[in-house]
Amino acid sequence: MADQERARRPARRQEETDEAEIIEDSVEADTEKIDELLDEIDSVLEENAEEFVKNYVQKGGE
Amino acid sequence: MALRKVLGTETEYGITVRGQPDFNPAVASALVINAYPGDRVRVQWSFEEESPGRDARGFGHEGYGVADPDSALVNAVLSNGARLYVDHAHPEYSGPECWDPLQGALYDKAGEVVMHISAVEACRALPEGHEIRLYKNNSDGKGNSYGAHENYLLARDLPFGDVIRYATTFLVTRQVFTGSGKVGAENGRPAVEFQLTQRADFFEEEVGLETTLKRPIVNTRDEPHGDPGKYRRLHVIIGDANLSEVQTFLKLGSMALLLAALEDGALPETLELEDPVEACWKVSHDPTLTEPLSLAEGGRATALELQFRYLEWMEKYVRSEMDEPVWDQVIEVWRGVLEDLESEPMKTADRLDWAAKFRLLEGFKARDGLGWDAAKLKALDLQYHDVHPERGLYHRLVRRGAMRRLFTDEEVAAAVTDPPERTRAYFRGRCVRDFPESLVAANWDSLVFDVGEAHLKRVPMMEPVRGDRDRVGPLLDSVADASELIEALGG
Repeated sequence: MADQERARRPARRQEETDEAEIIEDSVEADTEKIDELLDEIDSVLEENAEEFVKNYVQKGGE
Repeated sequence: MALRKVLGTETEYGITVRGQPDFNPAVASALVINAYPGDRVRVQWSFEEESPGRDARGFGHEGYGVADPDSALVNAVLSNGARLYVDHAHPEYSGPECWDPLQGALYDKAGEVVMHISAVEACRALPEGHEIRLYKNNSDGKGNSYGAHENYLLARDLPFGDVIRYATTFLVTRQVFTGSGKVGAENGRPAVEFQLTQRADFFEEEVGLETTLKRPIVNTRDEPHGDPGKYRRLHVIIGDANLSEVQTFLKLGSMALLLAALEDGALPETLELEDPVEACWKVSHDPTLTEPLSLAEGGRATALELQFRYLEWMEKYVRSEMDEPVWDQVIEVWRGVLEDLESEPMKTADRLDWAAKFRLLEGFKARDGLGWDAAKLKALDLQYHDVHPERGLYHRLVRRGAMRRLFTDEEVAAAVTDPPERTRAYFRGRCVRDFPESLVAANWDSLVFDVGEAHLKRVPMMEPVRGDRDRVGPLLDSVADASELIEALGG
């Protein structure tokens, strides 16, 4: 029993490493995508945020 | 067997005029409504109301040349069966009666297109440099809120006390997936950096008739828009306007299921909260979704835990009572969202507006080293909701494939022009398209025609699922004008 477990261990560790690499990869890709997205949004954001926010006043409704 | 949950949404849009900070919102809203370029008839909205265009008329006409009193009559019925009008100081789209939550979400999305194309048209009449902008949100961040309401058909014989007892906790806890997200708190609620909903801060009562102040979690407006002996219309005012199609679908579908199960006596417990009003903002103020709520009968549970209870009940209910695939889809989406919220809330950023917005805000905070009080973050919060496909940040996310959709652009475009086929909205929409000159007044439950006789002819529509394509399609196809239609309907 104990031998069998020991025998399996290296394989499992290998899997874990692979998984970790994959996760790291996708995090990197995500970050890149988010940076790209933020740049795109920067290009369409209202020029003067403060003014825009200040002027956005609504009457209550419903 | 529960009544068919015919449903629909009504949304008031935020409005600004760029280049003119002191614009008059009622006049600008009237301009938008009257500019709608598609098939529509300007009508008097029911004869019972005192004055359907009162606000717009009262605000004077300077600035934009709204000199013709007729053009200030700001009530239109569209060929898709919706009502487009000015409510207070906002343009409002009340979608047509829909057959199921998928259709409800589709016609809600069509409303955004209606607003956008109307605003584009309206801008042509404005001086150079002025531009009307519309926002599908519910708060200006300065203590003013405007609504996004849902309507569900209920059986009259369901005691309203049951709705209050069984639905209150559901409405409070569903905020984990109905919120569109907001930076900061309002209306005297404790300060918070970011919260799940636009609206929670404004709910101050458990039950009541109000919609504009001291807003209640359960609204008691009893206006069935149908046979009052058979029907109620539950007017749900505690919800955010959502851009996400998946989210609108889930919001409508889960509520419709809860109400159907309630009518069928299939809800095992009321799960009442000790203090629903406090729970309302507490749930919203907790993006970690870990805040425990006190239950009336003792014990505590998080909103998410309570939602898992509802999901479990509704899963069972759908298995035994609801055989249309759309209800399985509701359960599937619901389960996916709750499980993701439980394991890692940001996984829902492709389906829930609040999570999508939160992720954007966190991104800018980290990249630009901003604090939560930065004007840029508040601007992002607002611009997420801009209905313009280039400016709106939701639209930008969609275009990058970052938000899941349920509908194609073609399906949405068809819903802008064509009515739902299985409710009375079909009759209304067809009459708008086919007999625009004869239609003089409308309400949800009637149409009034002028066919050149001494009296106007009123066609009552007290049954929400009659007037559908199967029943009236062939008749509408066979008549040449409204006069023939009235004659065929029995004069």
